[in-house]
Amino acid sequence: MTAIATDAPARDFRLIDSTLRDGSHAISHQYEVPQVEAIVRGLDAAGVQVIEVAHGDGLGGSSFNYGFSKVSELELVEAAVNATTNAQIACLLVPGIGTVDDLRRVRDLGVGVARIAVHCTEADITEQHIKIAKDLGMEAIGFLMMAHMNTPEGLLQQAQLLVSYGADTIYIADSAGALTTNEVRARVAEIVGGINIPLGVHAHQNLQLAVANSIAAYEEGARNLDGTSAGLGAGAGNCPTEILAAVCEKNGINSGVDPLALMDVAEEITRPLMPRAQVVDRAGLLLGYAGVYGSFLLHAQKAAERYGVSQADILLELGARKAVGGQEDMIIDVAVELARKHAAAEVTS
Amino acid sequence: MGLPVAIIGSGNIGTDLMYKLGRSDKLDLVALIGIDPASDGLARARALGYEAPANGIDWVSENPDAVKIVFDATSAYVHVRHAKVLAELGITAVDLTPAARGPKVIPPVNLMEHLDAPNVNMVTCGGQATTPMVAAVSRVTRVPYAEMVSTVSSKSAGPGTRQNIDEFTRTTSKALEEIGGAEIGKAIIILNPAEPPILMRNTVFCGLPEGTDHDAVRESVISMVADVAAYVPGYRLKQEPVIEEGPFNTPGGVVPHRVVILLEVEGAGDYLPTYAGNLDIMTAAAVRVGEAIATHQEVTA
Repeated sequence: MTAIATDAPARDFRLIDSTLRDGSHAISHQYEVPQVEAIVRGLDAAGVQVIEVAHGDGLGGSSFNYGFSKVSELELVEAAVNATTNAQIACLLVPGIGTVDDLRRVRDLGVGVARIAVHCTEADITEQHIKIAKDLGMEAIGFLMMAHMNTPEGLLQQAQLLVSYGADTIYIADSAGALTTNEVRARVAEIVGGINIPLGVHAHQNLQLAVANSIAAYEEGARNLDGTSAGLGAGAGNCPTEILAAVCEKNGINSGVDPLALMDVAEEITRPLMPRAQVVDRAGLLLGYAGVYGSFLLHAQKAAERYGVSQADILLELGARKAVGGQEDMIIDVAVELARKHAAAEVTS
Repeated sequence: MGLPVAIIGSGNIGTDLMYKLGRSDKLDLVALIGIDPASDGLARARALGYEAPANGIDWVSENPDAVKIVFDATSAYVHVRHAKVLAELGITAVDLTPAARGPKVIPPVNLMEHLDAPNVNMVTCGGQATTPMVAAVSRVTRVPYAEMVSTVSSKSAGPGTRQNIDEFTRTTSKALEEIGGAEIGKAIIILNPAEPPILMRNTVFCGLPEGTDHDAVRESVISMVADVAAYVPGYRLKQEPVIEEGPFNTPGGVVPHRVVILLEVEGAGDYLPTYAGNLDIMTAAAVRVGEAIATHQEVTA
């Protein structure tokens, strides 16, 4: 891998593209090798520095609970590594779903960045994984999910734990797309003031705030931002990288990526493979409104059809039960229970 | 007079086990052994009149004739060392860590198979909760792929569990295969920090091949739930088992249907409150195994 041309002005932040990981949720993990190759080439040519590839729920996520991958993620990762010239390939791992064995396998394929993702109050289960990622010579990013479920002070404590395990970069992820711009500012300011390594923010679109929240995070000191091409991703989608790049340029922030090239990727490669438009419809908005994990969206839709109940009712109940990322099995539980209640109500009425 | 036993490890699991062993008429608890004299578990042991040394496995080496069984509730890494010491002393180890040095035991499936083994492994809390369900399905049909998802409250997961999360998934998925009878097994664990803490929940998915008798699957599951509930009273189905239509592209091949078994485990509230069913299912199973070993030794002695 070669360095970026030295005459380019320094980037103001690092963009991590997750079209091939978070975007996988939106297509029910049906990526094929040619799609991965096309997206990687497009993003790489546009100047993206890091491209994340994995099952939507991270390495080892292919399962009954989260949906089976059409093509093994190792094949997709290998295709991405072969298709890139400058960009580094990253993988995400959720301890409890995947193991360090998965990290070793992708390291052998040439993956240089490991994002270790964990619910925002449980950082202490990642020690093993961060240390092994470092031992394998990878950059280790500690990734705190569902950041709306912890306070700025609580997030800082969790970030400090990740730093103590050896993380190189910390991320907070608004996995439910539930944070307002002020809430993002407060969290970023608190964490940046308390750690001496870079912070990143991963935003979602459920309240239509992904770009605004990302810019606010930058202004408060975040120096890594996540996005996906055309916003492809869980829930109502991620921060669309082509829009983020355009807004950065207008604000005089050097993203290091070419907005026009990213618009071409979004229009010509990503949009044609989308099964549904990435918009803030009722279900998408409910995720942000009720603070529900974004990847529950399509699973809840399927369960609603299977059991003849309302997707909105399922999502609201999941919010009330404070389900965290990974608890997709709760969707079936809630749907079966709602169906039983409806049946009982019909009998008594 | 029961068989004399000790517990090593005075954390959540060891302390909960102490209360359950106190009610056993086949096993006599002699000591709860820790490494921190100030630990809550040791204080409780002293208050109940048990020995409560804080010198770890050394206490067992210094008192080699005091006990016949040691229940190890430390951590996977520590148990590897303990296993060696106990084997040399000729003391049976019932291992409650995911170290998996000895054969795995899931009481309603293979309790009687390893009563002479010097070291038996209790798998994991999730393994105890879900392997019987996979076994219930595999006794009526081929199970090309089985998966379990265990969700426990953050408060009930101690440092041992947190440092050993990969060992949990590895050991549990092997148990689904070796004892549950699935051709391929996968295990997932989630920690949920909600307040008040949630009850332990487990979901089991099994792929069902073409031609499976779905009623036989449901009946077998319901009967196995009763077998587990006989020693873990808070173990129950959250919903009736549901059969969902696919097809599902599992690693064991494409199957037309899957059964989804939604379980919850309410604890007895011996040490941690009732949400911590994950402790109960381990400790109750370990008592069951210890009692079976005691009975077996009486008969063969």
